[in-house]
Amino acid sequence: MRDEWRTFNGGVWEKEINVRDFIQKNYTPYDGNEEFLAGPTQNTKDLWAQVMDLSKKELEAGGVLDMDTKIISTITSHGPGYLNKEKETIVGFQTDKPFKRSLQPYGGIRMAEKACADNGYKVDPEISEFFTVHRKTHNAGVFDAYTPEMRACRSSHIITGLPDAYGRGRIIGDYRRIALYGVDRLIEDKEEQKATTRTIMYSDVIREREELSEQIRALHELKKLGEIYGYDISRPATDVKEAIQWTYFGYLAAVKEQNGAAMSLGRTSTFIDIYAERDLKEGKYTEEQIQEFVDHFIMKLRLVKFARTPEYNALFSGDPTWVTESIGGVGIDGRHMVTKMSYRYLHTLENLGTAPEPNLTVLWSTRLPMNFKRFCAKTSIMSSSIQYENDDLMRVTHGDDYAIACCVSSMRVGKEMQFFGARANLAKCLLYAINGGVDEVSKKQVGPKYRPITSEYLDYDEVMAAYKDMMKWLAQVYVNALNIIHFMHDKYCYERIQMALHDKKVTRWFATGIAGLSVVADSLSAIKYAKVKTIRDENGIVVDYEVEGDFPKYGNNDDRVDSIASELVHTFMNYVRGNHTYRGGIPTTSILTITSNVVYGKNTGSTPDGRKAGEPFAPGANPMHHRDAHGAVASLASVSKLPFKDAQDGISNTFSIIPDALGKDNQVFMGDLDIEIAGFNGECCSGGACDGATLFEGLDRE
Amino acid sequence: MKGYIHSIESFGTVDGPGVRLVVFVKGCPMRCLYCHNPDTWTMDGAEEMEPQEIIDQFNSARAYYRNGGITVTGGEPLLQPEFVTELFSLAKAEGIHTCIDTCGITFHPGNAAYMEKLNRLLKLTDLILLDIKHIDPEEHQKLCSQPNAPILAFARYLSDIHLPVWIRHVVVPGITQDPHWLYETGRFIGTLNNVKALDVLPYHDMGKIKYEKLGMDYPLKDTPPLKKEEAMAARKIILEGIRASKLKQ
Repeated sequence: MRDEWRTFNGGVWEKEINVRDFIQKNYTPYDGNEEFLAGPTQNTKDLWAQVMDLSKKELEAGGVLDMDTKIISTITSHGPGYLNKEKETIVGFQTDKPFKRSLQPYGGIRMAEKACADNGYKVDPEISEFFTVHRKTHNAGVFDAYTPEMRACRSSHIITGLPDAYGRGRIIGDYRRIALYGVDRLIEDKEEQKATTRTIMYSDVIREREELSEQIRALHELKKLGEIYGYDISRPATDVKEAIQWTYFGYLAAVKEQNGAAMSLGRTSTFIDIYAERDLKEGKYTEEQIQEFVDHFIMKLRLVKFARTPEYNALFSGDPTWVTESIGGVGIDGRHMVTKMSYRYLHTLENLGTAPEPNLTVLWSTRLPMNFKRFCAKTSIMSSSIQYENDDLMRVTHGDDYAIACCVSSMRVGKEMQFFGARANLAKCLLYAINGGVDEVSKKQVGPKYRPITSEYLDYDEVMAAYKDMMKWLAQVYVNALNIIHFMHDKYCYERIQMALHDKKVTRWFATGIAGLSVVADSLSAIKYAKVKTIRDENGIVVDYEVEGDFPKYGNNDDRVDSIASELVHTFMNYVRGNHTYRGGIPTTSILTITSNVVYGKNTGSTPDGRKAGEPFAPGANPMHHRDAHGAVASLASVSKLPFKDAQDGISNTFSIIPDALGKDNQVFMGDLDIEIAGFNGECCSGGACDGATLFEGLDRE
Repeated sequence: MKGYIHSIESFGTVDGPGVRLVVFVKGCPMRCLYCHNPDTWTMDGAEEMEPQEIIDQFNSARAYYRNGGITVTGGEPLLQPEFVTELFSLAKAEGIHTCIDTCGITFHPGNAAYMEKLNRLLKLTDLILLDIKHIDPEEHQKLCSQPNAPILAFARYLSDIHLPVWIRHVVVPGITQDPHWLYETGRFIGTLNNVKALDVLPYHDMGKIKYEKLGMDYPLKDTPPLKKEEAMAARKIILEGIRASKLKQ
């Protein structure tokens, strides 16, 4: 066994690249509480103060402090950058200094130019010329291939947010491999893959060989990136500090080359913990030191920044990077996967203060240890910065070494990737069905000239039949637009370092998405259970609706309408499945417009549920605002009826609640009254006032 | 038999243990100055529901209620004893924890028919949330337009039959915040042997908006909401009263 692997339990992982096997053979589940955790060191406090100061300056400067306009960002494009070299234990920035945003033109030069221009910078004219005249970008490739119909759908916003002018993201490299194996071993593995491709040069074989060459090149550059910061990452990491640093170099290389819509980290905490446990045992590092490494690592992840346009930020309500890290979960052998490192990651929210990035995501299971559940709840209450996802549901499909990309997209790390696919606006699609393909806002013929609905009052069966036809058409245009996008992204903006950290055989999830689910469910319910009158303009186009009477509304645990929503997801997904997908991608759908629901609503006319033109949609799979009248459980129950097998890429339901509505404050209501009344010898009480479990019962049902 | 329902909240976390389905019934004889549900006073606009419908609602989301159950509040649930009895007998048949949030004003020990009905219901009830509004008869009359004798008698009765009770008490500045009354409230509670928890609630004015909607005058316009810490302090005084009372026994 290699010296770096001393004391580790051996296994298949020694012979093949298999991080999961290494984790399963070596991790130590932790059932204890948070008492072992260490606070921030002075260095951590100093560095964070420096970050806060820079953040303030960035804000004062209008959101951007500095931008590269001349150097095209690659893995090795920049010299080292530091906050304070003496104090940082984990190092590396995207450019040669913190808060300087890199120039990434491969997704599209116009987007790169605009991102600079909108922030008061100008891309070097030579670079602009090069990427306009001499070197094609992903964006240019896509528009060469788009059909007029696709362009029309794009401008009318029936399909929105397509990654055709920016990086698609959503691909998670298995950055842990660098720490466990060192880059040389990974190169060796890729060389072997390249030597064993099929030998007749069909186009897919040629593409594979070219991509493997790119991956190998990227791995060599990754080693250089290590050297730039004074590390030899050709060999495996020897301790926890190196394990974090090696892992981070992999992630850093990815964000130096890809300005993706979501650049997620994976599932690193339990892996890193194995090194921490060994170092603690061997007395190499103290808990305080280990927490410092973690704090500095998380600090780096918080400082990942991209050059983006105000429109992009408007669509995503901010400047998100989606550095999602998945924590916890349960293994398929039944052991939970919570380690001390799971605590340390979450503890950064206290040591550094709260922050939306990295997006710390707890893979929640009813079988997580109670201590950890309590700690999560406590940290959630303190920080409002933890995301929870249902491990019990996803483990069935993805096993126990999957991670979340962006907010909900689950994939096995290093084995599965996703082609990100934005969203189809199903509410607008319903209006197209009613108006025979004419857009209700622009009045242009965007969809096919199917027979419009001409009656004054809408008939459910008639509308449903027309709607199905229109959904089938939409699915076809949508999937084919995505085929073009992913073809071109692979060709002109290939994620070479992320893919170098994948197996040779990769499962590709072909993600699509739905916007406006609750609008459509309520609209169809109104048509079915109330009377919906059409209001037409001078050309007979329906521009508004009058609802007479009441109807069941999605979000109240009412099967009459909930079944419409479920059926809708199932039907649309089947239409998606009916299309050819690029590179054998397996179609999935998500229902998760967490922020862009406002923009989608803005571009959609009045709908038969009584929603007026321009009003926002509900986010994700949420019920429409104020229409859920029976409280959170009923609302959640409606959402939970949606079929996961048809929306495997994730279903989101966002709701906020005032803390007091989540149970009694322990300080006001302490529970066991007998204990409080000293000297009183009463019978033992089992009334069970506010037992801590109350809160957790709610959490179990994410 | 049908119940007269104001509304149903599927995610109740403050009206009994665990996550609960909370049924708000219509109708209440009390007119407490600080009432934040004046829309439940009368029977106007009540939705009529069968007990089975409520059980069905509960069961359709049962996984959420593992440590919870059903709470009937209002309004005054004991104005509809037959309905609540039927609801609870269905609930108990399914192993659901049952709870009534009541002010106890309807208690009438002299009426044998009433007592039979009440006892049938209490046998099916796991927990009572009993609201003691004011310990002093005169002040109670002013605050709630009803005497407190039946309420205190009801509390005593529940103690005699050993039915678990959580006592609730709202602390209103200028009305119930006086340490003397708080202490006396504690002394009364101390004479009971079935009290499992003491829930001292700070007065809030979130009901104001409902009064406006109903076109009613809000009686406590000039009363500021009570701070949490003040409610904590009030609770301490009540506990002292309980202790004193227990020591005497």
